[in-house]
Amino acid sequence: MDDKTLIAKRVALELKDGNLVNLGIGLPTLVAQYLAPGLDVTFQSENGIVGMQALPKGALPSPDLTDAGGAPISAVPGAFAFDSAMSFGLIRGGHLDVTVLGGLQVDELGQLANWMVPGKLVPGMGGAMDLVSGAKRVIVAMTHTAKGEAKILKRCTLPLTSVRSVDLIVTEMAVLKTTSEGLLLQEVAPGVSVEQVIAATQATLIVPDQVPVMPLAA
Amino acid sequence: MTKTATPQSAVEAIPNGSILMVGGFMGCGSPDSLIDELVRQGKKDLTIIVNDTARPKVGVGKLISARLVKKVIASHIGTNPETQAQMIAGEIEVELVPQGTLAERIRAAGFGLGAVVTPTGVGTVVADGKRSIEIEGQTFLVELPLKADFALVNAKRADSRGNLEYSLTARNFNPLMALVAEQVIAEAETVVPVGGIAPDMVITPHVVVDTLVAKETCHG
Repeated sequence: MDDKTLIAKRVALELKDGNLVNLGIGLPTLVAQYLAPGLDVTFQSENGIVGMQALPKGALPSPDLTDAGGAPISAVPGAFAFDSAMSFGLIRGGHLDVTVLGGLQVDELGQLANWMVPGKLVPGMGGAMDLVSGAKRVIVAMTHTAKGEAKILKRCTLPLTSVRSVDLIVTEMAVLKTTSEGLLLQEVAPGVSVEQVIAATQATLIVPDQVPVMPLAA
Repeated sequence: MTKTATPQSAVEAIPNGSILMVGGFMGCGSPDSLIDELVRQGKKDLTIIVNDTARPKVGVGKLISARLVKKVIASHIGTNPETQAQMIAGEIEVELVPQGTLAERIRAAGFGLGAVVTPTGVGTVVADGKRSIEIEGQTFLVELPLKADFALVNAKRADSRGNLEYSLTARNFNPLMALVAEQVIAEAETVVPVGGIAPDMVITPHVVVDTLVAKETCHG
């Protein structure tokens, strides 16, 4: 199993019956593939629809129905479409249960940086700042390191997405939970040791006596 | 009163140096005939207020590719390397605004509000140079309305008076922008007779649409 699949299969277990969920473009989008059958989860795309789903193989794409990356999607029965003010009203107004986003850095305070690398890459924040400020629960789905460099730091060095603490960080090595005392090592990935996680992490982790192995969706 | 026009004559009314709001999200719901005409007429030194600059040669990205833009106010430019390259070369000024804040700043202008206050961006670089306000123990940023000379919007259907109906995610910023600008130019994929769109289905009322550009007209 590659790293992205593993991360997506772990994040999928966080989505609960009845949740309204926004998945970021890229890795987070994979999460939808691994939901337990029968689970009633509704997906929002911030460009203006609640009730999106992947375009079925062979289905005719509509130029009027895309995800936030501009790729064709389809909609479930009961979906509804709206303008951008409504979309962010849902996000900022506390109506969105979970957002899953990618990350460049997360720190001991649970603060996320994921929208720019000054002087190198300035894609813009898109909806990320509103999503992190407004969603009830924020899950970061990202690789644990980038080219050998730690991404989970004592303090973010890149511009923050929000000062609000995220709730959970899922990587190919571990699941970290933010607490008022700091980052708790909640689980390790299959075949990964606690020592390996600590070595790949700059932030100080709270390590319980027993750290269970990450469960994964089917 | 809404007048009808060709893309050519509608765009001829736009001076160089204008501030334009252009609807669309990654090219979905973009007023493509009007964008193509801006490129054909070579309008210069434009400021564009957009969600994103799409991709090179897609939607509003065509304006970037043709180097008609001096300033972009957007939430995201990451999918268009030409915008990034022109920004790094100092040829284009980019102001990045969180997407929800962008929507609310446009809405504030259209709805006659002096500002909106939002928790988004507090404590980040987005807050630099902005006023903040404490309300019941929570900090908010004061974000000012965004205005424009022209709004270029795309609708699925219009009736001949200029009432507009949208389709799915092609709606996005279009109805917000249609309330803002001094001159609103709406491009509709289909124009039907008055009464062809039921009152409850009208999202943008004809009273705010100055010019209607039809891609095709449906008689009957």
